[in-house]
Amino acid sequence: MSDSKKIRMQLQCPMPKLDFDVITLGHGSGGTLTNKLLDSGVFDLLSNDILDERHDGAFIEMNGKLAFSSDSFLVSPIFFPGGNIGELAVNGTVNDVAVCGATPKYLSLSFILEEGLKMTEFWEILVTIKYACEKANVIVVTGDTKVVEKGKGDKIFINTTGIGNIHHKAKISEKNIKIGDKIVVSGNIATHGMAIMSVREGLEFDSTIESDTTNLNHTIVSLIEEFGEDIHLLTDPTRGGVATVLKEIALSSNIGIDIFQKDLPIEEQVASACELLGLDPLYVANEGLFLSFVESTIADEFLESLQKDENGKNAKIIGTVVETHPKQVIMESTIGGKRVVSMLPGEQLPRIC
Amino acid sequence: MKYLNEYRDPELAKQYLEEIKKTVTQPWSIMEVCGGQTHSLVKNGIIDMLPKEVTMIHGPGCPVCVTPLNLIDKAIHLALNENVILCSFGDMLRVPGSKINLLEAKAKGGDIRVLYSPLEAVKIAADNPNREVVFFAVGFETTAPANALSVIHAHRRKLNNYSILASHVLVPPAIKAVIDDEESKIDGFLAAGHVCTIMGNSEYYPIAKKHEVPIVVTGFEPLDVLQGILMVIRQLEANKSIVENQYSRIVREDGNTAAQKIIFEVFEISNQMWRGIGEIPESGYAIKEKYIAFDASRKFDISIEEAPEHPECISGQIMKGIKKPFECPQFGKKCKPSFPLGAPMVSSEGACAAYYHFSGLIET
Amino acid sequence: MCLAIPGKIKSIALQDNGNVKMAKVSFGGIIKEVSLEMLPDADIGDYVLVHVGIAISKVDEEEAQKTFEYLKEIGEIVELEDAEGDVQEKEE
Repeated sequence: MSDSKKIRMQLQCPMPKLDFDVITLGHGSGGTLTNKLLDSGVFDLLSNDILDERHDGAFIEMNGKLAFSSDSFLVSPIFFPGGNIGELAVNGTVNDVAVCGATPKYLSLSFILEEGLKMTEFWEILVTIKYACEKANVIVVTGDTKVVEKGKGDKIFINTTGIGNIHHKAKISEKNIKIGDKIVVSGNIATHGMAIMSVREGLEFDSTIESDTTNLNHTIVSLIEEFGEDIHLLTDPTRGGVATVLKEIALSSNIGIDIFQKDLPIEEQVASACELLGLDPLYVANEGLFLSFVESTIADEFLESLQKDENGKNAKIIGTVVETHPKQVIMESTIGGKRVVSMLPGEQLPRIC
Repeated sequence: MKYLNEYRDPELAKQYLEEIKKTVTQPWSIMEVCGGQTHSLVKNGIIDMLPKEVTMIHGPGCPVCVTPLNLIDKAIHLALNENVILCSFGDMLRVPGSKINLLEAKAKGGDIRVLYSPLEAVKIAADNPNREVVFFAVGFETTAPANALSVIHAHRRKLNNYSILASHVLVPPAIKAVIDDEESKIDGFLAAGHVCTIMGNSEYYPIAKKHEVPIVVTGFEPLDVLQGILMVIRQLEANKSIVENQYSRIVREDGNTAAQKIIFEVFEISNQMWRGIGEIPESGYAIKEKYIAFDASRKFDISIEEAPEHPECISGQIMKGIKKPFECPQFGKKCKPSFPLGAPMVSSEGACAAYYHFSGLIET
Repeated sequence: MCLAIPGKIKSIALQDNGNVKMAKVSFGGIIKEVSLEMLPDADIGDYVLVHVGIAISKVDEEEAQKTFEYLKEIGEIVELEDAEGDVQEKEE
C-alpha cells in the first residue's frame, strides 16, 4: 500500500483517545482492561452485524460446498515497505480460500500481542486490516486477543481463518492435473520476500522494493467464471517460493515439471537484490502471487485474460507438466542447460560462497 | 546488471560449446578449484552440455566444507556457553559440527546472527560494549582481507570485546596437494578468479611449469567458465602448460596490493587442517601476535578435540578428484544434504552436494 | 567464498574521522554502502567488484569486451595458420 493511501486511511480512522499507550498483560486477561482495549475501537473499526453480537462464537449460515483455511502470521519486521502484518494476515487467508476455487466470505481474527506493543502500532495494523477486508469483500465475524509477557512474543502474532463457498464451476484438485498442463505464474516473483530482506539487510534502493501483498480472490473468481474446470489447480507460492510449491506438487502428484528460467518474470531491482545476497529468487517468499495449472488448449487465452487483470499484468507461462522424470522439477537455465530444482532443507540463507 | 548479465548470453554460450566440441580430440579431466565455479556449472546445467570427452572434477575449493569440525564446535560452544554474540556468514549455519549445527544452536537460545560483512560485526561490538562479539571468519584469500580489515577497524576503535574465530584456506597449496597425490589424474585447472583478484597470478606459474598443467584463471558467469574450459582444452590439445587469465576484466597480474597488505598486517601463513583431507602445510593463515587479543581461539579457553570424521566418508578422495561422489557407497543413502556425513555434502558448492542436486535424487 | 558482484560508484564519503573511505554503490538499482579501503583510487562512475561489503577490484572496461571477441579471434588465428600451411605447401 502506498504511503499516501496509508495516510488517508489513518485520517479516516483516527485512533481514539486512550489512557494507555502500550499493551499490558492485563489487556489479554479477559477483564475490564480487555474490554477497554476492544471497546476502544477494535469492535467499532471492524463492526458488522455478526461481530456486533459479541458472542463467544459467530452465528453464520452457509449452504453448499465450502472451503476453509487457516494461517498464522509472524513476519518480522511487522511494518515493511508496501504493507504490514495486518494486511498479510487478511490477504494470506483470503488467497488460501480463493485458490480452493472459493469466494472467501467470513474471517476469524486472533491476536497474540507482546506486552509493550505500542498502541499506535496496534491501531495502524487494525486500520489496515479493516481496509484489507473491505477490499477483499470479507468480514471479520469472530476473534480473540491474548497478551504474552515481554520477550515471549515477537510484537504481534496473528492467526486468521477464512471460509467461503466453492464456485459452482470450480474443479480444483491435484488429481485433475494432466500431462501437458501449462503452469502460469500471475506476476513477478520474489518481490515480497526481498521487500522484507531489504529491511533486514539494510539495503537502500533507487526506488523501494514494496511487498506485493494483495487479495487475489476477485481475480481468481473471474478466471474460474471464464475457464471453469479447465483450471486444474491453483496455489500460492508463499514461504519457500515457487520452487518449493512446484516440488511439493511434483512429489505428491507423481508428475514431472519442466520450467524455463528465461520465462520467470522478475523485477530488475528484485533480481539485483537476490544477486547481492546470493539468494535464488525461485526460493524467495511471495505474497500477491498465484500459480495455475491449466489445460494446455486454453493456456494462451487464460494468460491473455489474466494479463488484463490488475493483479496479472506480468503473468507468464513458465512451464509444463510432463510425463518424463516424475516427482522431479527440472529447470532449463537461460543458457539452455538443465538443472534439477530440489527442496531446500530449510529457509534459504544469504550466502557469500 | 552491467558486467554480469552480458556474460549469460545464451547465443554466445552455444558458440563456446560448439567450439569446445570442435577442439577436443581426446578425453581430458579438468578441475575447477573454486566452489563458486562448481555452483555456476551446476546451476546453469553446463556439465551436461559439455562433450563427453570433457570431465569436470570438483576441487576442494569450498572453505565452508573444509572448515575443521572442532572449529564449528567451538563456535557453537561460544554461542551457547560464553554468552557471546556469534556472527557468521549464512553459508556456515547448516554445517554440522560433531553434534549439532549453528542453526540448531540458535534454536537452543544461542545469539547467532547472520551478517553480510564482517565490518557489520565490528559495529555490533561497538554498539554492545558489555557483550563479547565473535565473528566466525571463514574463507579463502578472497575473504581474508575483509576479515583482517574487521580486526584493524576494531583495533583502531580500541574495542576490547571483538574477536574472530578464524579458518582461512589457501588455494595454491590445495592445488599442489591435489597434484601431488599420485592417485589423482587431473590434466588442467580452472583457478579461482576472485582469489586471484586479491593475490594475483604469480603463485600459479611455478605449479604450471613444474607439473606441466595448464591453469586458467576464470570468472563465474557461464561465459567465463565456458571460455576458461575452452582455453584449457586448447592448451591441452596443443601440449601447452601455461597460466592464462580469462577473467582479465577483474584480475590484475599482481592482484590487489592494498588487500594483500591488509592480509599480512593481521595474518601470517601457517599450517592448516582441511576437513576431509588432513593437514596441508602452509595452507592457511594464523593471526599474528600483535593482534592476539582479537583471536577468539586464544582469547577464550575453548579446547575442543577435533572430532573424527565419519568412518564411511571418503571426502578426501572426492575432493582430490580421485573418486566421483556417486562412487561412494553412502552417496544418496546414508549421506544426503539434509544429513551429510562429511565435508563435500555440506554446502551447495561441495562436490557431493552438487552431484546430488544435479543427479536429481528424489528427496523423501 | 567467491560471491562478488559488480556495481557502479554513485558517491563517496569519508567516515570514522576520515580514516575510512566509503562509497554508495549501485547494483542494478540497489544501493549498498561499500568500503573502498582496498581500492583507494576508485572514483565516482567506476564499476567495482564487491565482496562482503568491500570493493576488491575495478572493472577494466576494455578487457571486459574480450570474452565477446575471443571466439572470433581464435577463428582468425586458425584461418591464419591454415593459410600459412597452404602457403608452405605451395612452396614445397
